[in-house]
Amino acid sequence: MPATQSVADRLLDKKKTIKKERTGKLVVYTCAAIIILTTLAITLFLVLRGIQAFVADGVSPIQFLTSLEWNPSRSAEQGGPVYGALPFIVGSFAVTILAALVAAPLGIGAAIYMTEIAPSWGRKILQPAVELLVGIPSVVYGFIGLTLIVPFIRENVGGQGFGLLAGMIVLSIMILPTVTSIATDALRSIPNGMRESSLALGATRWQTIRRVIVPAATPMLLTAVVLGMARAFGEALAVQMVIGNSRTIAESLLDPTATLTTIITLNMGHTVPGSTENNVLWSLGLILLVMSYLFIIIVRFLSSRRRFS
Amino acid sequence: MNKRWTDRLATSVFTMIALVIVAVLAGLISYIVVRGFSQLDLDFLTSPPSSFREGGGIGPQLFNSFYILVLTMLFTVPLGLGGGIYMAEYAKPGKVTDFIRTCIEVLASLPSIVVGLFGLLVFVQLTGWSYSILGGALALTVFNLPVMVRVVEDSITSVPREQKEASLALGITHWDTIRTIILPAAFPGILTGVILSAGRVFGEAAALLFTSGVTTPRLDWANFNPLSETSPLNVFRPAETLAVHIWKVNTQGLVPDARDIADGAALVLIIAVLLFNLVARLLGRYVHKKLTSAK
Repeated sequence: MPATQSVADRLLDKKKTIKKERTGKLVVYTCAAIIILTTLAITLFLVLRGIQAFVADGVSPIQFLTSLEWNPSRSAEQGGPVYGALPFIVGSFAVTILAALVAAPLGIGAAIYMTEIAPSWGRKILQPAVELLVGIPSVVYGFIGLTLIVPFIRENVGGQGFGLLAGMIVLSIMILPTVTSIATDALRSIPNGMRESSLALGATRWQTIRRVIVPAATPMLLTAVVLGMARAFGEALAVQMVIGNSRTIAESLLDPTATLTTIITLNMGHTVPGSTENNVLWSLGLILLVMSYLFIIIVRFLSSRRRFS
Repeated sequence: MNKRWTDRLATSVFTMIALVIVAVLAGLISYIVVRGFSQLDLDFLTSPPSSFREGGGIGPQLFNSFYILVLTMLFTVPLGLGGGIYMAEYAKPGKVTDFIRTCIEVLASLPSIVVGLFGLLVFVQLTGWSYSILGGALALTVFNLPVMVRVVEDSITSVPREQKEASLALGITHWDTIRTIILPAAFPGILTGVILSAGRVFGEAAALLFTSGVTTPRLDWANFNPLSETSPLNVFRPAETLAVHIWKVNTQGLVPDARDIADGAALVLIIAVLLFNLVARLLGRYVHKKLTSAK
């Protein structure tokens, strides 16, 4: 606002203000419309591209989802190429669930420590630590996994080093801060009166945490874990660097395997756009999209059950 | 004394967990710093990478990272401001608002590789730009937009209601109130959010693999014509960023000193993220002080 224009001017110049009001509204509404359009466009484009393999190339969706064999270059004499995505689907779920099994107790534990136990200096160290962990780029996690965790596993546990275990460790460190920060918010939103009433009844701090605070916050704590899992499921490069990328299902923690994201990462650039092999990769992308919608539905369901907000 | 004992046990378990997390962070950062420190020198930061021999640098990658970051912010900040203002000021409770909220949620939870695939489809194939900086920046805009909208909305809603009402009561229109009263008051929060999300964009790689590509053409640093193929400023050239470079030298290691390059590049990336974090905190605190306390 130019300094020459007084408040009175602004109030009296109706025509100008109405015009500005309209322009402003238009700009803001356009931004909102762009958000909607982008979301719809992503969904539409990826669905259309993802079903190409089934519609245009005749890949059987059932075989795609259930077959264990992924061999796009198999010769015609041997029965032609097969596109079974099950190993990658299993790989994605396995690594996600394993990472959550590590990160959930640690993350929630850290959140409880931060909200219920820590002296103020403890919080002052842990809070920035968690925020910094969120900020570390995923390729750096992958790089650390590749140069530190993989050799460590190879020398001390056995196997090649590349595999499910390495993927699990890298991903659990990656999603730990996500889980911690959301769980911290959840615990902070529990009204203080509940803590005080419980302590006033003679309960110890641990009893209060276990019987009062955690049950009250359960839906929100689960939300934290689910959001962490969503992150793990979609993570591409860090996992790709450590998981070994074999096309088979891992039989033990030390076996290499692959996930949906790693196969897309590795092959999208090397296949010819429009070929069946390329189209099938888009179908893998479609699975990722569907899964992220599913995670949202789960989060919605959980947050509808939360009791405090 | 059983229950007192379990209480103490629980306390020590939680303390242990906290210590483990801090130790992991300290371990990770010192590992990167110790490994990468010997790599960092001016030559490494400015010279172009070599494809087969030792001794390549990360100059073009570093430039590309910042260039894409600036472009992304150029798109994200106005869009995010508009979207955030809409959500905080104009959205009426109802189906449309719920729908937009769902859209933001969907965008925020999309894996970055899916955003990359969308970018490949739209900004690379449909537009015919092939791999380009512009495509990469637009994909990162999609990736960053939901964060930006939320930051703006949160900052605006945390502005005291009275401040807004006082302005409206003076007869100032809604838009002028937003522009002259609400946005300045929300500015520190928005600024902090912008800087933090810049850190996120700087380290992002998966969305860029398929949009800005994994190569950088030979650049002529004296060429400032943005339409020329060898100009660093050309937005239609492919560009490999620092994060993508780390991934590439590790997985397709054609250079013998891939490990050293990755060490150095990872350190640069971490320093950048730490800097963004620190600047966001300090600047946020400074602006907050400047705007709230008496002069």
